[in-house]
Amino acid sequence: MSGAASTHLPVPNESAWRPTRGAVGMLCLIAAESCIFLTFVVAYLFYIGKSAHGPQPRETLELPMVIVNSVALISSSFTVVAGVRALEHGRFAAMKGWLALTIALGAWFVVGTFSEWGKLMDEHGLFIGTNLFGTTFYALVGLHLLHVIVGLVLLSGVLACAMRGRVAATHAHAVDMISWYWHFVDGVWIIVFTTVYVVGRASP
Amino acid sequence: MTPDAPQRPWTAIVHEWTVTVDHKKLAIMYIAFGLGFFLVGGVEAAILRAQLAQHSGTLIDPDTFNQLFTMHGTTMVFLVGMPILLGFGNYLIPLMVGARDMAFPRLNAFGLWLFVFGALLLYYSYVGAEGLYGESAAPDVGWFAYAPLTSRTFSPGNSTDYWILGIMVSGFGSITTAVNLVATILCMRCPGMTLLRMPLMCWMMLVVAALVLVAVPVLTAAQAMLLLDRFLGAHFFDTQGGGSAILWQHVFWFFGHPEVYILVLPAFGFLNEIIPVFSRKVIFGYALMVAATLAIAFIALAVWAHHMFVVGLSPELNSFFAAMTFLVAVPTGIKIFTWLGTMAGGRLRFATPMLFAAAFIGLFTFGGLTGVMLAVVPFDWQLSDSYFVVGHFHFVLFGGTVFGIFAAIFYWFPKVTGKMLDERLGRWFFWLLFAGMFVTFFPMHISGILGMPRRIYSYQPGRGLELWNLITSSGVLLQAVALITFLWNVIKSLGSGVPAGDNPWNAWTLEWSTSSPPPEWNFDRIPRVSSARPLWDAVHPDDPDSAYEEGA
Repeated sequence: MSGAASTHLPVPNESAWRPTRGAVGMLCLIAAESCIFLTFVVAYLFYIGKSAHGPQPRETLELPMVIVNSVALISSSFTVVAGVRALEHGRFAAMKGWLALTIALGAWFVVGTFSEWGKLMDEHGLFIGTNLFGTTFYALVGLHLLHVIVGLVLLSGVLACAMRGRVAATHAHAVDMISWYWHFVDGVWIIVFTTVYVVGRASP
Repeated sequence: MTPDAPQRPWTAIVHEWTVTVDHKKLAIMYIAFGLGFFLVGGVEAAILRAQLAQHSGTLIDPDTFNQLFTMHGTTMVFLVGMPILLGFGNYLIPLMVGARDMAFPRLNAFGLWLFVFGALLLYYSYVGAEGLYGESAAPDVGWFAYAPLTSRTFSPGNSTDYWILGIMVSGFGSITTAVNLVATILCMRCPGMTLLRMPLMCWMMLVVAALVLVAVPVLTAAQAMLLLDRFLGAHFFDTQGGGSAILWQHVFWFFGHPEVYILVLPAFGFLNEIIPVFSRKVIFGYALMVAATLAIAFIALAVWAHHMFVVGLSPELNSFFAAMTFLVAVPTGIKIFTWLGTMAGGRLRFATPMLFAAAFIGLFTFGGLTGVMLAVVPFDWQLSDSYFVVGHFHFVLFGGTVFGIFAAIFYWFPKVTGKMLDERLGRWFFWLLFAGMFVTFFPMHISGILGMPRRIYSYQPGRGLELWNLITSSGVLLQAVALITFLWNVIKSLGSGVPAGDNPWNAWTLEWSTSSPPPEWNFDRIPRVSSARPLWDAVHPDDPDSAYEEGA
């Protein structure tokens, strides 16, 4: 307040760590979302092997298809980074291309998951009410799928704006925040995959 | 609020308040809605106590009783505590850190309206939901909604769904507010406002926001599972289908116990501002207070199963959670001594805010100590789900949170409205509420020890319960008179209160450097600070606080 005091004691330099409010806000959202996922993961782990009847994970879940889907989803984390980098440097055509590829990879994952669910329902008769495996499986994978779809809506919004020439290099930070959300969705998939397809299938 | 307000048509005023993104207007609405629901929840409690005033009461039937205690608990926690405390955070944090608004003003407005919508959704159950008997019915499963009471079998109709969705929606509102608080505190501080120069209230709200981000989503997830159970035939909490009713208890209390700290840490924050100002001293042990708050936050995440000792968990688990509960009392005790250390040797002035703050220390300590008693597993086996527990948490939440809220209302009312609350009526209010609270909640410990379970709608004569219940119920009258005094005080002071000026309490933090009420932009010039007490520095340039900072 007083000039004398502040010359006598300089204000400490805080520029070393000044995150943007966008980054802090997105990290907070990711923290809250993580807690939602954690609760579903705990429920999944808690109920592994407790289904008294009906289809069991080992005999129903098939790895090849889900691995292909997973590769598509994880790759999309890299393509979205490329898109943000292109936007930062003002290469709009490249940005649109990378975003479209990201959306395509994410859509591939959504379609792939639905087709996996279709198989589980048709061939194994596994529904959400069939047994505890069905309950926890569809709830956890479905929760993740919901987040993928939300991410796709966000990315599609950016792409639609870019198509109409409404995205400038100054928006790079905002788009980068959406990419953080997308990385989170991908990162959570690694945990969901491990829980459902590795730990869940390994247990008798 | 604005001087030109009376000249404009009322529709313009409603429009202004509906579309506003100003953190101060949003905060006033949070607090006003919260106080409104405080009256609703209070009326619900008054009906419960009227039923229990005498043995074999016939005022209401058991179903109505179940609905009333469910709505009372849910209302007080989610529609009173949360909005009022987050509302104070909303109002004060930008002013205290020297910012013009929150980090995300529109998200802030979104959060408020989510809360309002969730609250209306919960109360809409009274007209819109079919309950157990097919008629309109409020939720009747208790505020912690244990499985399997919430299953389709035992809770047909939609009353439980209104409970789930109302709390879920207002929970989303709490999460958005928490995101906003963290971003504001970390990113919007004015030049010179280092983390360790922030008013302690900001630290408390930062920790509260972090707890909201960790705890509330867990409840949201559990409620989503419950919805899947109720609508899609999933089996999460369905014991017939192999699900576990205990899982609900774990998940609910993983949220529920941090929630207690979410409800009391902001009140700690109010005390941290009020006690130094009315003791005319710097807070004793600033860094200690910050450390104790962080310790409480971490330990609070690992005490939840002390609500579940009667479930029959393993002795190892019981011992762990008992030990953690003893442990959380340590940082809480540090805070008590920090406040006492601040008061010791100070020039104490017991204006109404300080009266409430001082009473808080005593009442909260009492409630905390009965909490430590309940953490002793065999003691808890005797008294779990008894009126002893009801007495315990009302000392914590009424003697603690509510007294803290009234301390804050009396302290910051001049800043918000530009008028002082009447001091004489304030004293009447304090002493009536203090007496009412003691008469209501202290005898609950005795009736609990005598064996009265909570949530019973009636009791038989000749078991020694009549006297204690009568005393408890009569305390409600004292509280009602007290609250009428308070409402009268607010109305009278808004009309003809003494103008407050910028800094009526001669306080030291930034919110008192701007006008009362503050302009929409808060500060004409963004302030610069060089210590934790910028207003002291401004008045005493020859002896600034910054000279005493570590490393100076």
